[in-house]
Amino acid sequence: MIDWIEIGRIEDIPRQGARVVRAPEGDIAVFRTQDDEVFALADRCPHKGGPLSQGIVHGKRVACPLHDWKIHLDTGLAVAPDEGCAASYPVKVLDGRVFLSLKVAARAPACATG
Amino acid sequence: MKERLVVVGNGMAGMRTVEELLKLAPDRYAITVFGAEPRVNYNRILLSPVLAGEKKFDDIVLNSEAWYAENGIALHTNKEVVRIDRAARKVVAKDGTEATYDRLLLATGSTPFMLPVPGATLPGVIAFRDMADVEAMLEASRTYQHAVVIGGGLLGLEAANGLMKQGMKVTVVHLPETLMERQLDTAAARMLRKELEARGLQFVLKGQTKEIIGKGRVQGVLLEDGRELTADLVVMAVGIRPNVTLAKSAGLYCERGVVVNDTMQSYDPRVYAIGECVQHRGQVYGLVAPLFEQAKVCANHLARIGIGRYEGSMTSTKLKVTGIDLFSAGDFTGNDTTEELVMQDASAGIYKKLVLANNRLHGAVLYGDTVDGAWYFQLMRDGTDVTDLRPRLLYGQAHLGNAGHGDIKTRVAAMPDNAEICGCNGVCKGTIVKAIADKKLFTLEDVRAHTKASSSCGSCTGLVEALLASTMGGDYSTATKKKPLCPCTEHTHDEIRTAIVGQKLKTIPDVFRGLGWKTADGCNKCRPALNFYLLTAWPGEYVDDNQSRFINERVHANIQKDGTYSVIPRIWGGETTPAELRSLAEIAERYKVPTVHITGGQRVDFLGVKKEVLPAIWGDLSKAGFVSGHAYGKAIRTVKTCVGQNWCRFGTQDSTTMGIELEKMAWGAWMPHKVKLAVSGCPRNCAEATIKDFGVVCVDSGYELHVGGNGGVKVRATDFLCAVKTPEDVLEYCAAFLQLYREEAHYLERTAPWVERVGLAYVKQKLAEDAPGRKALAERFYYAQRFSQVDPWARRAQGVDKHEFIPLKQIA
Ligand code: SRM
Ligand SMILES: Cc1cc2nc3c(=O)[nH]c(=O)nc-3n(C[C@H](O)[C@H](O)[C@H](O)COP(=O)(O)OP(=O)(O)OC[C@H]3O[C@@H](n4cnc5c(N)ncnc54)[C@H](O)[C@@H]3O)c2cc1C
Ligand code: SF4
Ligand code: FES
Repeated sequence: MIDWIEIGRIEDIPRQGARVVRAPEGDIAVFRTQDDEVFALADRCPHKGGPLSQGIVHGKRVACPLHDWKIHLDTGLAVAPDEGCAASYPVKVLDGRVFLSLKVAARAPACATG
Repeated sequence: MKERLVVVGNGMAGMRTVEELLKLAPDRYAITVFGAEPRVNYNRILLSPVLAGEKKFDDIVLNSEAWYAENGIALHTNKEVVRIDRAARKVVAKDGTEATYDRLLLATGSTPFMLPVPGATLPGVIAFRDMADVEAMLEASRTYQHAVVIGGGLLGLEAANGLMKQGMKVTVVHLPETLMERQLDTAAARMLRKELEARGLQFVLKGQTKEIIGKGRVQGVLLEDGRELTADLVVMAVGIRPNVTLAKSAGLYCERGVVVNDTMQSYDPRVYAIGECVQHRGQVYGLVAPLFEQAKVCANHLARIGIGRYEGSMTSTKLKVTGIDLFSAGDFTGNDTTEELVMQDASAGIYKKLVLANNRLHGAVLYGDTVDGAWYFQLMRDGTDVTDLRPRLLYGQAHLGNAGHGDIKTRVAAMPDNAEICGCNGVCKGTIVKAIADKKLFTLEDVRAHTKASSSCGSCTGLVEALLASTMGGDYSTATKKKPLCPCTEHTHDEIRTAIVGQKLKTIPDVFRGLGWKTADGCNKCRPALNFYLLTAWPGEYVDDNQSRFINERVHANIQKDGTYSVIPRIWGGETTPAELRSLAEIAERYKVPTVHITGGQRVDFLGVKKEVLPAIWGDLSKAGFVSGHAYGKAIRTVKTCVGQNWCRFGTQDSTTMGIELEKMAWGAWMPHKVKLAVSGCPRNCAEATIKDFGVVCVDSGYELHVGGNGGVKVRATDFLCAVKTPEDVLEYCAAFLQLYREEAHYLERTAPWVERVGLAYVKQKLAEDAPGRKALAERFYYAQRFSQVDPWARRAQGVDKHEFIPLKQIA
């Protein structure tokens, strides 16, 4: 069973933008793409910990504001040739309400340490 | 079964050999590596930047644990090999670990020489050789104040510089009369000393250490002449000795180093030796370039390819102190049979000396301008006859014209593979060329992504582009004929700007559709550019797209490395009042701002402000009459002024008021890049107007206008545009210049490269020679300003974009 936590409405997150959820395990960035897909990643860039929530969202990627690494929103993996991974969290949208689970999900192989 | 290779020494030479070997014969050996240090292999050279706080240990790791594992290498860290049993063909480590070998590679490096003076073993007296030393120094710098570095050579100066950067007061004690006497002649050494003194280092030259004093821990250094220097930390950097203890105990023939032949084998052909611990043809080396050459040959022989011979190296040195350019190679002292070419420009901080014998270059010392170091070095190594080059040799390769094959392309082609191209990331030519060839890289961006070359300070961009061109030959020219804005489109900046106006494209989606974008919603390169182009083309009409702005511009503050923000309010023309300062002080205290800094732009910076607090702090600033200084934006930044005629005995005009008027006119405008202005009251130019995007120098007869300057990475002094008579003229020319730049430059192109690209003549023609055109440009600027002079801070204090500043949700 996944524990879903309601975090807000989809309109609260700007399209091609993100908002931060403060959680005990650290900040989580919740992204909304141009076509209203929602993703959640730890708000820490695998490079040097930059706040991914502050980056520019394009397609299913975000560009870290500190040194411009690109991160895949769906997996948390850095876009090659950079290597690294931000932990990703399950999210879902029901009737415009956004739910987040704090279980670290879908860890890609490179992301073994969350 | 695989043969067994055991490597003693997990340092730079040893691991480079293993890397080379894996490339040639990945399956031939089962490899075991012993390292006395408790870590993986790292770039020892970069200990200096680590000490200076410019890099972290992680940045200098060369081979991670994963690398050893992937290549099936058994790594024993923290295990010093203490015995070699050559009969049984095994090595034994201190803790008893054993390994048998078919071939053994010794790469034990050097040990730092410690002066045998009384007190040399006190706690707090260390060398500068490995990460443990750096950690000890960093630790000391947190608790203690005074450091003495004994030895003013390369290593000593890098240590001293690093310690100074960590906040210590550092004195360098050096026995000879001049610094780095083995690399520099007296003239260059003097310039170096002056520069380092200006940065805060102290020197005791001809200083002989008699004793190190202290109870329990070092407290001072006593010199022969009776002087006593306070010291909580003493770093000895007086030289290194090849580390031959182990080899000697195993009965291998050693002189100063382990003696090896041209295939890097010791007297026991099963035992190879490499790196700083060896002596080859009477020479020992203390720099990596020759060790890497040795590594190639050694790997070659281990792989049984057997064609390589090492025949000795010529070395060159650079000092890794940020901001100091110094290069030396070969024999620079000269004698009766040599000639010298010398150029010295003390005020520019440039000194060059070349030593010639028989029309060949034998040595070079460069200070201040070292771009040609690699070229001179190459001429030296090749023994090129320089008779024809001689008249212009000192001016460098760029001045040779085609006769000297002097263009940058030929220059990089001539560089050796291990020539460092990117100083920030330590990337050599060979690495870049290989990446270009193997990974089929076509663009500068590709090279940056794959090798990190040119991705930090960018000063090597020209070299990297030239490498692309020379490696790809014809391909590159086709690849660059037209530089698209970004990978989402085929179109160039200029084409896009023209289309936006010509086809009346008014939103980002319009542009995507109209110009056939390849991606659905662009990327972080094109969206900010398009947002700016649209804003400039359709003032008052285009609605700014926040999500296409870089974070700093989106939240109107500058993100810092720890995720907090800085706040810099506008201080018009750099002039303020006690009342303004009082409110700044009160606000800073109210919000417990951790750091208040006077910026280089004559303003006050609140640093370390949390994002959530920004709107409140802005509200208070706004109430006190301040507006945003746009220190975070591609926008009008500061207008620096001097006190001018109002106070200064040389002032010719009221430069302060001129500056304030300029700032009131220009503030708030979004620009292709940041734009800085300055007004100086006379040609003494205290406001540094000639390195600004738009600079005004007051003269008796009016105002001289200067354009296209900047400080920063690549300083460029302005070009003189024209002289005008009245303050109104200054405002009009300034507005017109800014508008021309806004309408025509590429996004992220500062005025300096823009002026260079379009040519000063063009700018002059548009502004100085075409009065109606100038007036029209200025009018368009004023019109656009009607929509942009709204203080973004006040609006956010009132609640605009609230979502940017507060979390979506707090989960307990
Ligand atoms: C705060 C300040 C340093 C200070 O404490 O003195 C500063 C701080 C920064 N500078 Fe600067 N520069 C500051 C004056 C300068 C000056 C001096 C001047 O303006 O007279 C220069 C040289 C002059 C020039 O620009 O030509 C300067 C040349 C740079 C450059 C190199 C620009 C270039 O064209 O090469 C950069 C990098 C860039 O813009 O890409 C830069 C970038 C930066 C950034 C924005 C780096 C960043 O992206 O985080 C720093 C962030 C500041 C912050 O978070 O608030 N800063 N910077 C100064 C702010 C002035 C102000 O009141 O707004
Ligand atoms: C601070 C600093 C800055 C430098 N800057 C430059 C520069 O700018 N340019 C340049 O060209 N060179 C520079 N050098 C020199 C360069 O780092 C050396 O030439 C190079 O590291 C030598 O490589 P090596 O493999 O021979 O020795 P090392 O890199 O020292 O490796 C030897 C390794 O063997 C280990 N070892 C020794 N004995 C044993 C044993 N019995 N058992 C197990 N392990 C053992 C040591 O612990 C060490 O890790 C610098 C050196 C320092 C210290
Ligand atoms: S620039 Fe001229 S007027 Fe201004 S302070 Fe300097 S000397 Fe005085
Ligand atoms: S921290 Fe994200 S790119 Fe460096």
